[in-house]
Parts: sequence; structure tokens; C-alpha cells
Amino acid sequence: MKTANNIFEKELVVKSTTDNLALIRDFTKSAAQKCGFTEETIDKIALAVDEACTNVIKHAYKFSPEGDIIVNINVNHSKMTVSITDHGSNFDPSLVPEPDVKKYYRQHKIGGLGIYLMRKLMDEVNFNSVAGSKNQVVLVKYF
Amino acid sequence: MVDFNVETRENSHVNVVNLHGYLDAHTAPELEDVFTKLIDDRKFKVVVNFENLAYISSAGLGVFMAYVETMRENNGDIKFSNMSPKIYNIFDLLGFPLLYEFYKDEKEAVQKFNEKS
Repeated sequence: MKTANNIFEKELVVKSTTDNLALIRDFTKSAAQKCGFTEETIDKIALAVDEACTNVIKHAYKFSPEGDIIVNINVNHSKMTVSITDHGSNFDPSLVPEPDVKKYYRQHKIGGLGIYLMRKLMDEVNFNSVAGSKNQVVLVKYF
Repeated sequence: MVDFNVETRENSHVNVVNLHGYLDAHTAPELEDVFTKLIDDRKFKVVVNFENLAYISSAGLGVFMAYVETMRENNGDIKFSNMSPKIYNIFDLLGFPLLYEFYKDEKEAVQKFNEKS
């Protein structure tokens, strides 16, 4: 793995609509490319960020298109950190159980897959929530 | 920009769903509409051909989970074909190979349906 020799920070603020997901993925991929990650890792990071933003649109803003999604990317010598912040409803990820596809099949249940995927795709996934103020998901990939 | 496109056709009495482009939370409703129509038309034997799909997120995977049981209850199924390793890896991470059949090519998946009937 090539070590990033540049330190940078980028931010994208978009409205909470699903048609912005492609833009968010492109923004993420372009930053990950600058870090020198492999194509496979770049795809994993973009998918994890898509999942986090999809959750914001569905759960924090409940499909209201007026919310802001703030995607901040911070790159230093050792890692790429993507922070996704929203000002929607509070969300407690600890209440989301790990999905069991067999159980889902029996219960006709879908959802909850996104958080599980994020954890599989990234090195670290942390959730911070300040009641009535903001939710933040922090995704980390080390070089 | 065409970000997603889905078309259906018949191959030996099996309904083939061709996916093109990017399947995410924005485009997944288009695929849901296709599955709803297949069920309305009582077409329960479905092969999804992934050859031209560039991207999938869990919103796309959720569509298959939502409709597969109806297909199976009606003597059908949703089978997958022509998936790139990149897309298969996402299905694999979520445990789909336990519950779904994956085939290298569409012909093989279609034959599997016709063997049973």
C-alpha cells in the first residue's frame, strides 16, 4: 500500500435526497484515489459512505429532502477518516442487531444491512450522537 | 447520465431481469416496481442477470430479500447469474449464498428452473 504523502481535508454538504448518493460516492472515491488506496479498497469506502448516508436519509431525516448531510474527509499520514453528520432524529445504532439472513427471510424483514456492511468494509466505525443536535458516523480506513 | 436501467425478457419460460448501472437507495424503487409487476403477472420464475451492473448497495440487496419468498411460495425463485466478483463479494458479506442460488451464466440458471418443472 502506497502511503499518502499529502494531508488534506475536504467537505461536501448536500441535501438529504437519494439522488445525491452518486455525487457523494464520486466525492468519496476521488479523495480515496488521492490517498493511493487500491481500486478494491476505494470501492469499499465509497459503499460504506453510501450506506451511512442512506441511513441518514431514511432514519435521521425520514426521507424529508430538506435536511443537510455533511460529508467531511480528513486524510493524515496514517488514515482516511470520513465523518458523516446530520441534524435529524437521533439514532441509536446499538439497537440494530447484526443481521441474520435466514432470520430475515423468515420474518420478511429488510433493513439493518447497511450498518453491518459498514462494519465489514471499514477498519473502524463509530457513532456519536448529541441529543437534539446532531448525529455523526465516523468511518476510518488505515493505509 | 443513465445511472440505472432494468429490463425484463423471457428465456425458455423463465423471466430474465437485466440490470444495468448503479443500484442504490435512489434506483432500488425501479427494481421494486419490476418485481411487483412480475408478481401481478404471476411470473414467479426469475433470473437476475448482473452482467452490466456496476454497483450495488444494501438498498438493492434488500429488494431481493423482499420478494424472494413470494416467488418461492408460488413454485418459483429468484436466481442470480453473471455476477462480477466485486458484486458477489457484497452478497457474500451479507450471507446471501446460504439462501440464494448463484450461476456463472444465465443459460445455466434458466436450465435449473426447467429441470425442476
